[in-house]
Amino acid sequence: MAILVDKNTRVLTQGITGATGRFHTTACKEYGTQMVAGVTPGKGGTSYEGIPVFDTVSRAVAETGANASVIYVRPPSAADAILEAADAGIPLIVCITDGVPVRDMVRVKRYLEGRNSKLLGPNCPGVITPDECKIGIMPGHIHRQGNIGVVSRSGTLTYEAVDQLSRLGMGQSTCVGIGGDPVHGLEFIDVLELFNGDPGTAAVVMIGEIGGSAEEEAAAWIKANMKKPVAGFIAGQTAPPGKRMGHAGAIISGGKGTAKEKIVAMKMAGIRMAPSPALIGQTMQEALANS
Amino acid sequence: MNVHEYQAKEILKRFGVVVPRGIVATSPEEAKAAAEALGGPLCVVKAQIHAGGRGKGGGVKLARGPQDAAQKAGEILGKNLVTHQTGPQGRQVRRVLVEQGLNIERELYLAMVLDRAQSRVAVICSSEGGVEIEEVAHRNPQMILKETLDPVIGLAGFQCRRLAFALGVPAPLIGKMVAVMQGLYRAFDECDASLAEINPLVITREGEVVALDAKMNFDSNAFFRQKGIVALRDLDEEDPREVEAGNHDLSYISLDGNIACMVNGAGLAMATMDIIKFYGGEPANFLDVGGGADKEKVAQAFKILLADAQVRGMLINIFGGIMRCDVLAQGVVDAARELRVTVPLVVRMQGTNVDEGKRILKESGLAIISAETMAEAAEKIVKAVRG
Repeated sequence: MAILVDKNTRVLTQGITGATGRFHTTACKEYGTQMVAGVTPGKGGTSYEGIPVFDTVSRAVAETGANASVIYVRPPSAADAILEAADAGIPLIVCITDGVPVRDMVRVKRYLEGRNSKLLGPNCPGVITPDECKIGIMPGHIHRQGNIGVVSRSGTLTYEAVDQLSRLGMGQSTCVGIGGDPVHGLEFIDVLELFNGDPGTAAVVMIGEIGGSAEEEAAAWIKANMKKPVAGFIAGQTAPPGKRMGHAGAIISGGKGTAKEKIVAMKMAGIRMAPSPALIGQTMQEALANS
Repeated sequence: MNVHEYQAKEILKRFGVVVPRGIVATSPEEAKAAAEALGGPLCVVKAQIHAGGRGKGGGVKLARGPQDAAQKAGEILGKNLVTHQTGPQGRQVRRVLVEQGLNIERELYLAMVLDRAQSRVAVICSSEGGVEIEEVAHRNPQMILKETLDPVIGLAGFQCRRLAFALGVPAPLIGKMVAVMQGLYRAFDECDASLAEINPLVITREGEVVALDAKMNFDSNAFFRQKGIVALRDLDEEDPREVEAGNHDLSYISLDGNIACMVNGAGLAMATMDIIKFYGGEPANFLDVGGGADKEKVAQAFKILLADAQVRGMLINIFGGIMRCDVLAQGVVDAARELRVTVPLVVRMQGTNVDEGKRILKESGLAIISAETMAEAAEKIVKAVRG
């Protein structure tokens, strides 16, 4: 069992003919993901590595039964690509694109209200259920099938955590990147709720960072609802205030969104916090042993 | 990206927000001429730097007439103004804004911000204007009023009225107040701002609603469609190394420590700073070379890091997903040779083609210290820097 994606997930790539879209569509296909369609306006009727390309998402869905979309289109068009996927009724939309304006995302989130589409990202590495389905840019080979759920705002830091888990013999049910932008699709709580209800997930690693209050909100939710042990880490303990640390959402503003506040809230919720990013795997092990 | 107060006011004026008459001056003579042109017995001379707390730092002075304006401008211009937001080194004042004096009746607070938890824009206001809103939030949170906006509707009239009446704005001025709020929202929205703040928003004895101060920040992700805003950028207000890094599409922030770090990915870059600190060291910077960094980018990153005279050692931490370790290793070796790196260099790589990458580092003959894990890398660089 897993959440969001499995071996039956049929994926379409929006922006399949661009360099990034091509590269990762190939990598995901090689991993074993069912890459069933591509969309690039104006390139309909062609194909890429045997994958049919369509002009519109609705056409691609009608022809191939795609039920997940991954978006690699450039920032100015990314929000429109999400809208198009949602309009076509795609249940899972994963937006990898980094650099989408916040104003666009505020409108996208409004559009998604009341619809059945779940959005991951933008500015995220994607989602992977090891050995079944990889959607996004993460290196597949570091993952092992197992029962640890991973949810994170980061990309490479998540790879680091997954690698630690795999080396310690803890495979993953599903690893979810929710993205580093201030306005994005699924939040920590949405993903935690899915892991909580997934019989294939025994425990969860949650990786946050400075900026916003999503970790504090997730901590409160965990305290009230979570039935499984959670290990955590917050990046940016040494980050200065007022500076955007790479991710658009990683900024301490007005003294709010510090790592310290988040760590305190998470500890209070019973989450076992890794004191160093090198100890995320070990902390998960301890959390499991104590549960 | 930040802009100066006078630039924010020019933007707000375009959206119908009333601002005091003002003229920018770069010398005492210009300040004198500005005061003459403005007329009136009083004017205010305000330092233009990208930092708050200018008043407390001595960067805002009242002047009685043109001669006094010239003198006050002379006291401020060229000075290194220190406020709680500039850091101890302060910021050099290159220009002042000379503005007409107003008869202030009341001071309010008004701002547009992104409410991340709601994924919507919110308007925040308070009857306690002229002080920092964080202070009000701490001391008197009930004095802060808020309305969340539906992006399809924008800021509705009824929301503005609800806020204005709650602020105790007199009935005859409600219309003016609504216009300011809606103008501020349109400026925020149409310019892709991430913050638009008027503090204080004043009600004058003559019954005008005027933005006495203004601050705007902008979303750099939207620069592709905001050429007019990008043109307002003042590079003098930014760290030159951060500007240089940005020109090469590198995300860099300078810090006070002596261990430089080069990492791929923002989260991992922050975590690398954290682990340096965990082992007792101090990071010199944040640097994210991005997911698809190539040899040229690595070389540029080296140049930027080594330009910092405080640096006593360097840690490279790459978790290769898209990035190939062999390409990275070659980039590191080339750059280290070309730039004759003399400080200790610890490299930790994981991911695609890692063995080939390690071989390249080993066979380079350079004194590069290899590490398997983040912990090992951090321990080794902290030890090497201590000597």
